[in-house]
Amino acid sequence: MANENENIKIVENATCTFCGCVCDDMELHVDLNEKRITKAKNACVLGRAWFAEHTIEDAPAAMIDGEEVSVDEAIEEAAQTLVNAKFPITYGLSDTTCEAQRQAVAISDYIKGNIDTTTSVCHGPSGLAFQGVGESTSTLGEVKNRADLVIYWGGNPAESHPRHFGRYAVTPKGMFIPNGKKDRTVVLVDVRKTKSAPVADIFIKPFPGKDFEVLWALRALVKGSKLSSNIEEETGVPLETLSDLAERMKNCRFGVLFFGMGLTMTRGRHFNSGALLALATDLNEYTHFVAKPVRGHGNVTGADNVVSWQTGYPFGVNFSRGYPRFNPGEFTTVDTLSNGDADAALIIASDPASNFPKKAIDHLKNIPVITLDTKSTDTTKLSHVAFRTATYGINTTGTVYRMDDVPITLRSAFDSPFPDDETILTSIKKRVHELVLAKHYAGGASGEAKVAAINPL
Amino acid sequence: MSASMRIVNGRVYDPVNNVDGEIKEICIEDGKVVDSVSDEASIIDAQGMVVMPGGIDIHCHIAGPKVNAARKLQPEDHRHDVHPGTPFTRSGTGGTTPSTFATGYRYATLGYTTAMEAAVTPIGARHTLEEFHDTPIIDKGFYVLLGNNIFLQNLIREKRTEEFDQAVAWWVSSTKAYAVKLVNPGGDEPWKGKRNSNVSDIDEKTDDDLSPRQIIEAFIKTVNKQGYPHPPHIHCNNLGHSGNYQTTLETMKTAGDMRAHIAHIQFHSYGGELGKNPISKAAEIAEYVNSHPNITCDVGQVMFGRSTIMTADAPLAYVLKGHSKGKWVNADTECESGCGILPFTYQEHIYMHTLQWAIGLELFLLSEDPWRTILSTDHPNGGSFMAYPKLIKLLMDEKFRHEEMKRVNQKALLKCSLPELKREYTLNEIAIITRAGPAKALGLKSKGHLGTGADADITIYDVMDDKEMMFSTPRYVIKSGHMIIENHEFKTDFTGKLLHITPEYDKKIEEVVQPFFENYYSIEFSNYAVDDRYLHDHEIIQTGINKV
Repeated sequence: MANENENIKIVENATCTFCGCVCDDMELHVDLNEKRITKAKNACVLGRAWFAEHTIEDAPAAMIDGEEVSVDEAIEEAAQTLVNAKFPITYGLSDTTCEAQRQAVAISDYIKGNIDTTTSVCHGPSGLAFQGVGESTSTLGEVKNRADLVIYWGGNPAESHPRHFGRYAVTPKGMFIPNGKKDRTVVLVDVRKTKSAPVADIFIKPFPGKDFEVLWALRALVKGSKLSSNIEEETGVPLETLSDLAERMKNCRFGVLFFGMGLTMTRGRHFNSGALLALATDLNEYTHFVAKPVRGHGNVTGADNVVSWQTGYPFGVNFSRGYPRFNPGEFTTVDTLSNGDADAALIIASDPASNFPKKAIDHLKNIPVITLDTKSTDTTKLSHVAFRTATYGINTTGTVYRMDDVPITLRSAFDSPFPDDETILTSIKKRVHELVLAKHYAGGASGEAKVAAINPL
Repeated sequence: MSASMRIVNGRVYDPVNNVDGEIKEICIEDGKVVDSVSDEASIIDAQGMVVMPGGIDIHCHIAGPKVNAARKLQPEDHRHDVHPGTPFTRSGTGGTTPSTFATGYRYATLGYTTAMEAAVTPIGARHTLEEFHDTPIIDKGFYVLLGNNIFLQNLIREKRTEEFDQAVAWWVSSTKAYAVKLVNPGGDEPWKGKRNSNVSDIDEKTDDDLSPRQIIEAFIKTVNKQGYPHPPHIHCNNLGHSGNYQTTLETMKTAGDMRAHIAHIQFHSYGGELGKNPISKAAEIAEYVNSHPNITCDVGQVMFGRSTIMTADAPLAYVLKGHSKGKWVNADTECESGCGILPFTYQEHIYMHTLQWAIGLELFLLSEDPWRTILSTDHPNGGSFMAYPKLIKLLMDEKFRHEEMKRVNQKALLKCSLPELKREYTLNEIAIITRAGPAKALGLKSKGHLGTGADADITIYDVMDDKEMMFSTPRYVIKSGHMIIENHEFKTDFTGKLLHITPEYDKKIEEVVQPFFENYYSIEFSNYAVDDRYLHDHEIIQTGINKV
């Protein structure tokens, strides 16, 4: 709570970047003396923790092998490390601004490296499914205004995206939904009864790993095909339940299927996402129907967008031939590490050392790693070069994309003594480009002089 | 590095200044064309070459949410057409939906230096501006989609004309747009709210007592009254449907003698019965355009081969999905727009596709005023902008046209007048439909010509008999006085600038708009308007000059 301190600033309509909901209605109370947020009005439990925990710690802005150095020295070392590597990889990016992401892709392009984002370990399969079947989708405001049938599949927003129900999809009153939740039917499909279940009018519990079969059965029912009577034995869902859901889907006025990692990271993966997207597409034969992956990190959707507009592909991109190539399974980070391909890594706002498979982490320990993070993490601790940076949306402005691709500009609450990701990455990019151009002009002082004369950036 | 230069010995095509192929010196200083430069200026010898202002694309889809969705959708579109970087330029991928960097460089390699993204939702303006920052060389702007904006429709319905004028200006200013775009006005609500239906007639009234014509009229009036540099850019109702030329004529008649721009008019020039194969009504459409100097249009030529359909006309994309049977994207934007995307291929042997190809060429060849019938393929809907050189050859070379006609559906050729048309475009006319004409229609007074004070956006082509080769390989491209391409090679990178307008509005309109936002949008009102950080280099084009 705000105390008697007279140096309290209030930031209205600030944005929370903790999850993909990117709620932009925060009222932040900032203690400018203590450099911390004392209250985040409108925030959910996760958002309150996000704002409360991002205080300014007393730590070096840059370290090389655990020793404090100047930021400039660290930039030089980072650039040299990246330029001298044969297979440098860049990873993370979902918890920083689009402005920083743009610089990161530029670095990867100049050093002919590999770039990948946390999408490859969350909704990557949905990205692949999208490439396969497309997607009927909408912004969240359209759901709020129109959706009379809301289905959540393989997700638990009550705990992962607490304001998804209240702000966008279930309780709000909308243009054609004057009574809010009363005007909607809410369905939850999940393998266990989570804390999201109480909000649902209908709860459907398939056997674990049987999502694809249930989705495919629904596609068949929607198209009027008969199902074999053993569907319940196969999937755990009675035929009557499926038939009822299929009818509800065909007869609603505006239906939406939200889906989570319970679908994308279990048996079937992109087949599951693809089946769900195809179901939503099929339903447009009868009514208006949309689908939407419920994205996790605050700007993972921005990362997909930036990498796509600069390279044509959303994640898992390699520049080693001088142009972008896309191959998930080869150029995705778990694979470039586990296969032992990567010989240097630039990790931005992510902590793979704490959550990647053991083989990948083991390789990460054996190569020079450069990190940009707001906190000390398992990954920063094993880094050759570690930058401590300002937190996006708390200490910096910039752009983030909500899970429905809506871009929002952040408001800074208080200044950080640490530089932001964009500043560090821009400096690394400039130095990397100089070094690459110098190599191009056969190296040495004359090369550098030419670079200085000609560098357009 | 914007040096002074003197281009000598070149045959200059500068229709604005009545220069038609004369040998003339062009001097450049500080990014502008000037009367003279000092002797120290570098000399470009354009002996045997043609000098034109940089090309201007008045209607294309190159940046923003729908374009990026189309990129994400089609890895197969990029893989076969890579765009390697150079020490100065970034890499990327091509196909019908190139990455941002490839888009800018590829326009430059055709001698184009300005391009207008033709459809952006207000809420997607930020995204578009971010992509523009990563789209090199060319100057660019975008048209903001307002024709299906629910709040603005409410004002029209309630006849709150003064507030409507203010709100349109607010929306254009707040998004940093260049012009107002209408797409299938009135069609979004049936699509989103009435089980994927559509409006079918310009005078059809939806439940809420508002017809497409009323919407079109309201926008034409306000934009003309306030004198925006470019009139409303209209994608008419019934795109692609047989018999739709009547809707197009009615749309143009709605304008009376006020300025209006009809987008990709080829797609709106079909006769015949709804649901059956169309016939050409190019002659009827061309006649109306020819005799009404208030109307400008771009053709939206179809070129055979791969394309990507991307449109705010969601019902149309759904109809096409029925034909292609492949992957399809629908994307609704709250209170503002719909959107449909799908990969598509135009094939010579298909009646419909040949007829579309032929109607586009007919419209060019029947046009009596090249200033107002402008070259476009509605990139990437009718085909990629990379097909412009081939399109220019089709217009300049009758023999080539007849060769091409042998390869297409012959039944379709019987339903149009293309085989009888002998006309060949001259270089001066090409300079008009690709440079001077679009600049004039856009109200860009310092572009599209080479007179004193013009932007030094200049392309120099080797003269060749094969016009496709000639227009795909300029020897020099100069942008804002920078030598970008010299002897066919990129010499430097350049960001280009944003072109936008800032029509004035009464701040009080925000109080009228805000309550609607609080009820029906999912982002906060104060986070909606785009702030100046997104501008990078920019130029505000003056509003109010063309007031009527």
